[in-house]
Amino acid sequence: MTAITLHNVKKSFGHVDVIKGVDLNIKSNEFVVFVGPSGCGKSTLLRLVAGLEDVTSGDLRIGESVVNDLTPSERGIAMVFQSYALYPHMSVYENMAFGLKLAKKEPDAVDKKVREAARILELEHLLDRKPKQLSGGQRQRVAIGRAITRDPKVFLFDEPLSNLDAALRVQMRIEIAKLHHSLDATMIYVTHDQVEAMTLADRIVVLDAGYVRQFGAPLELYHHPDNRFVAGFIGSPKMNFMAADLLSTSNGESKIRISEGGVITALINAQGATPGTGYELGVRPEHLIAGGGGDAELEGPIITVEHLGAETYLYVDLGQEMPLVVKASGNTQAHWGERIKVGIPAGACYLFGSDQKCYPRQPYV
Amino acid sequence: MSRSQQRILTQLGLWFLIVIISVYALFPFYYAIITSFKFGSEIFTVNYFPQNFSLGNYVSVLGGGNFPRNLLNSVIVSTATVAISLFLAITASYALARVRFRGRSLLLFTILSVSMFPQIAVLAGLFEMIRSMGLYNSLLSLILSYMIFTLPFTVWVLTTFMRDLPIELEEAAIVDGAKPHQIIFKVFMPLMWPALVTTGLLAFIAAWNEFLFALTFVSNDEQRTVPVAIALLSGASEFEVPWGAIMAASVIVTVPLVILVLIFQRRIVAGLTAGAVKG
Repeated sequence: MTAITLHNVKKSFGHVDVIKGVDLNIKSNEFVVFVGPSGCGKSTLLRLVAGLEDVTSGDLRIGESVVNDLTPSERGIAMVFQSYALYPHMSVYENMAFGLKLAKKEPDAVDKKVREAARILELEHLLDRKPKQLSGGQRQRVAIGRAITRDPKVFLFDEPLSNLDAALRVQMRIEIAKLHHSLDATMIYVTHDQVEAMTLADRIVVLDAGYVRQFGAPLELYHHPDNRFVAGFIGSPKMNFMAADLLSTSNGESKIRISEGGVITALINAQGATPGTGYELGVRPEHLIAGGGGDAELEGPIITVEHLGAETYLYVDLGQEMPLVVKASGNTQAHWGERIKVGIPAGACYLFGSDQKCYPRQPYV
Repeated sequence: MSRSQQRILTQLGLWFLIVIISVYALFPFYYAIITSFKFGSEIFTVNYFPQNFSLGNYVSVLGGGNFPRNLLNSVIVSTATVAISLFLAITASYALARVRFRGRSLLLFTILSVSMFPQIAVLAGLFEMIRSMGLYNSLLSLILSYMIFTLPFTVWVLTTFMRDLPIELEEAAIVDGAKPHQIIFKVFMPLMWPALVTTGLLAFIAAWNEFLFALTFVSNDEQRTVPVAIALLSGASEFEVPWGAIMAASVIVTVPLVILVLIFQRRIVAGLTAGAVKG
């Protein structure tokens, strides 16, 4: 049982507060991803769990015991670094055996562990090589192998794939997912790439400015964000936000006037909200209907067209600072300068109050 | 002038400079070598190419007196100075480069400022210290005093070098359960060979050539190191300077340094850290 519990964990570097009170309950064998913009404190939080940084205040538990004052190896964690951090003067074999040798394990046991890890990661033919003779993907696998050999209860990954090219990243992502299913361990994975977060995680922690903005399953974050930050961060391209007025609300429906034009009765339970200005309506690009339709329509000229093959993103100027992003089919004929109507389905709306809070809504399919 | 002519002229100019620098650097040593092979009054005739070949000077230097013993003393003192300096410097540089503590840069500058004082300025005080520790006339006094000038630069060079090693390597070792001494000697030291060899070599040369301390702290002929021994080589009478023997001794003293540099230049391999992090 290796649940990880953070209770009001804070971290300051001098006068700079980086982690400002984090509570998390990570279950045993769960795959949790820390995600957030750069500088949000996600790597620092991981390093606190690892023991590479000391917590300023609060409790950190791994399993049953408080580990605040334990060294990384005493915590039973293993970590994979973004830059791999392989020992350049050691062969692949020695790299993977180093931790075990320091722990004074029997040579036979060390050999068995290393060969098993090499087999799992398909590194058997590379055991005698030095890190500089390996490709990026192979180095990353060695770094993971080094983590596996010590049978850690907790795996920590610090942006492990961000140095790899796109194709290799997808491949390694699948391997890490496979690894999680075959190993009996809790994993924490830090990334700024929300695709990695969505695909790998059992649950995602969205961090911003040292606070946890939301902790939940990927689809929960997508459909039911707690706040505007999470709504904007999860989903690619980003959600469109439009200034809006709340006209009235009743029976799980809210009548909203969009400042760019049109009134929509959205399936949002804004009970308790006072009608008035200062609200924001959010709609994801993939839910907007190019060409019009839906329950409300907006209109404007197209200022950019991005053809991705399977789909096309249209940027529509509504006279706001940010253009409206609309996902259209791959073979759309829309072109630059053309005026286009964009339909908004009632079920696809998110409503945010002036306090950034997202009102409860139904999942949209 | 055509372009190829220009290129030939540039090449000629370059080679001309190389020849001048080589002659300037090597002629004194060359002249010492050919003089060392002369014998008797032949020494006082100037010629730039070897005429006769005689090992007489070498035989007289190595055969009689304390010179072999002096050579051994020099080897002991220089090697011990290098070994102790490097050990202290590598452990100190880990603390100075990687451990954050109050007054770290002050300490670093203090270490550097030690090398600011001329030897002659510290000589008298050092002499008293060595006397009071009972080390007068022993090799240990030299080993100890030579670290005054070897430690500042070894510590500085190794600290700079250690600072540039990727921090993730250290963290990976910590996660692997390495203690500080294991990080230093099992992870960092193998990566620092280029710096260790370079600073070690410089320290060795400095200790090997040192004269003033060696002259002052040792009074016994048997305990002397070679720079002093050569200076004090005396001829058959008070009025004879044994140039041939001095030249032979100088060559004997220089050869180990040349050999060391030639051996270790192969080990000064840059880019040893390639492959540690994404390259």
